[in-house]
Amino acid sequence: MAISNPTIVRSAAKSSSTAPLIEVHGVRKTYQLGETEVHALRGVSVSIAAGDFVAIMGASGSGKSTFMNILGCLDKPTAGQYLLEGIDVSGLTKKDLARIRNQKIGFVFQSFNLLGRTTALENTELPMLYSRVSKKERESRAREALALVGLADRAEHFPAQLSGGQQQRVAIARALANQPSLLLADEPTGNLDSRTAVEIMDIFQRLNAKGLTIVLVTHEPDIAQFAKREIVFRDGHIKRDDVLPSPQVASDVLKTLPTIED
Amino acid sequence: MLIYAHSIWSEAMKSLRRNRIRTVLTILSLVVGIAAFICVVGVGKAGSAKVEEQLQKLGDNMIWVEAGSRATNGVRFGTRETKSLTVDDARAIFAEIPGLKRMSPNVDGRVQVVNGTQNWNTTYRGVAPDYFDIRRFEIQTGTIFTRDDVDRDVPVCILGQTVVQNLFPDEDPVGKSIRVQAMPCRVIGVFQPKGASASGWDQDDFIAMPYTTAMKRIGGTSWLDDIFFSATSRTAIPIATSQAVGLLRERHHLHPDEPDDFNIRSPEDVIRAQLQASELFTLLLGITASLALLVGGIGIMNIMLVSVTERTREIGIRLAIGATEADIQLQFLSEAVAMSLLGGFLGVIAGIGTSALFQNILQWEIKLTPQLLLFSGLFAAGIGIFFGYYPSRKASELNPIEALRYE
Ligand SMILES: Nc1ncnc2c1ncn2[C@@H]1O[C@H](COP(=O)(O)OP(=O)(O)OP(=O)(O)O)[C@@H](O)[C@H]1O
Ligand SMILES: [Mg+2]
Repeated sequence: MAISNPTIVRSAAKSSSTAPLIEVHGVRKTYQLGETEVHALRGVSVSIAAGDFVAIMGASGSGKSTFMNILGCLDKPTAGQYLLEGIDVSGLTKKDLARIRNQKIGFVFQSFNLLGRTTALENTELPMLYSRVSKKERESRAREALALVGLADRAEHFPAQLSGGQQQRVAIARALANQPSLLLADEPTGNLDSRTAVEIMDIFQRLNAKGLTIVLVTHEPDIAQFAKREIVFRDGHIKRDDVLPSPQVASDVLKTLPTIED
Repeated sequence: MLIYAHSIWSEAMKSLRRNRIRTVLTILSLVVGIAAFICVVGVGKAGSAKVEEQLQKLGDNMIWVEAGSRATNGVRFGTRETKSLTVDDARAIFAEIPGLKRMSPNVDGRVQVVNGTQNWNTTYRGVAPDYFDIRRFEIQTGTIFTRDDVDRDVPVCILGQTVVQNLFPDEDPVGKSIRVQAMPCRVIGVFQPKGASASGWDQDDFIAMPYTTAMKRIGGTSWLDDIFFSATSRTAIPIATSQAVGLLRERHHLHPDEPDDFNIRSPEDVIRAQLQASELFTLLLGITASLALLVGGIGIMNIMLVSVTERTREIGIRLAIGATEADIQLQFLSEAVAMSLLGGFLGVIAGIGTSALFQNILQWEIKLTPQLLLFSGLFAAGIGIFFGYYPSRKASELNPIEALRYE
């Protein structure tokens, strides 16, 4: 599970010195449900520098996923401004947004969201398919990414033949395939046991150490401990935004946890 | 661009392979449609060709004037009793009515023909040389007689194949002499076999001789049984026919209230009507087969729409990791086109196979033209694009967040 190849993670040095990677100003999201309006976000402003590792916490329904969807350019705010690498995303076309999702953002979901009946390798290749990388290069880069998450030997396996933790690592490899500058993970450990969850956090910490900006949603305070910064949502607002002075180191925690080997 | 097209295409192929049963069923519906279409058109065309062939055998824009009237109650007066149709009538019609290019006054009857110990009862036809052109009789060996032979009522005859088989089982009859009733007659030629007619009688069981010879030396009559004309073209037939009716009535001094003592037909019209009916039938069958194809196409659309719903989550994933609407649409369209092309290709093969089967059963020669096969193949591809378009657009317009949340 050693992180063997550093080239896959884009260096954060060039953008960190200037504008923040993410700037959100007064973002609101209102859903119209028949007569009633649902205010999922009621004015959120936050700035995230390149190289940061943010954990978002908050009660169910507080707007975390809605916020992540906006950060991921899957959704547009009802009001407010979102700048990604200094670019105002609200002015972009659907096609441009697809391009940003493809090139700059990697997604990791709670339910893994791998394509069924498709090998780990092919799943990992998928984002490169849409950035028009040749088949040969797709394969070599996908193998690299799988090696990075410690799954080099599972490349030809189908999702159904992998454990939850392994599936989530395939999903991470897929998210890394196009060398994004931002990794968004909405409850990535929600479906995993605690040891596997820490293993995932170990991967995230190593990726972050190489400069990858990570925004992670979690319900578990233990998991949030591995981030550098904690933002708490409540009722569509940011209630708290703290820098964690000394985050836990996942690889150290792993040593203290019992391994359940068979 | 090439990398991209290739990638999307192979992605589509993978997805078809992942859902093998669905893919096979979709292709099957097209295969059946295309094969049915090819078969129907092939069989229909073969039927028309068959009728066309009969038409060709029948004669060259033939107008047929027959002695004897058609009674009002539909029963014909005995043709043989009518003595009013003469060689002069034939000459007058041919001379006065435009649009006719050949003419043959004819008599016929049953006759006993003898060669040594062999004898045979057959039909004789006294005709003019034009007869052979009008009816498209070909000579196998020997020659036909000339106008001069007609003028001099020379006792020569040409034998049909059936007569040859019965009188000259093992020798060449040309140049030999036979007896026709009491008349010695030299055989100058043998006809090419024509086979059985559409109604089943043996078209090769007859002998032909100059009509003058037949009238003077066999029948002993001065009137004709019928006259054959060739019109210069198909369109000339109706006008020439009605003019001939007028002229004959005048020549036969018929009062306006008297019925014709002859009747004029152009047998090709009957066959033409048959041909039209058969073409119409082909068209109807073709329309039915097209409907089958259309249903196949709607089947594709149906299955694809279901597949879009089924694959909502997959589409959501693809959109989330950066597929554009165009990427998604292209993939789904590729799937539809691939299925249609394969269905079209297999359908063409199945169509050729079933046509061969029909050919064996019907004993018709079924010609499948390359155009028909090409058309069917392209039609299948067209169906794929047409019926794949809507589902693929629907797929591409899914909202990624909702698609990802879809269970
Ligand atoms: N498509 C939608 N239509 C209507 N309301 C929505 C929609 N999506 C989210 N909401 C509402 O917006 C609010 C915020 O939802 P969101 O999914 O962001 O919560 P969350 O913080 O991610 O919760 P959880 O921890 O349970 O995932 C909720 O009240 C939810 O019901
Ligand atoms: Mg959520």
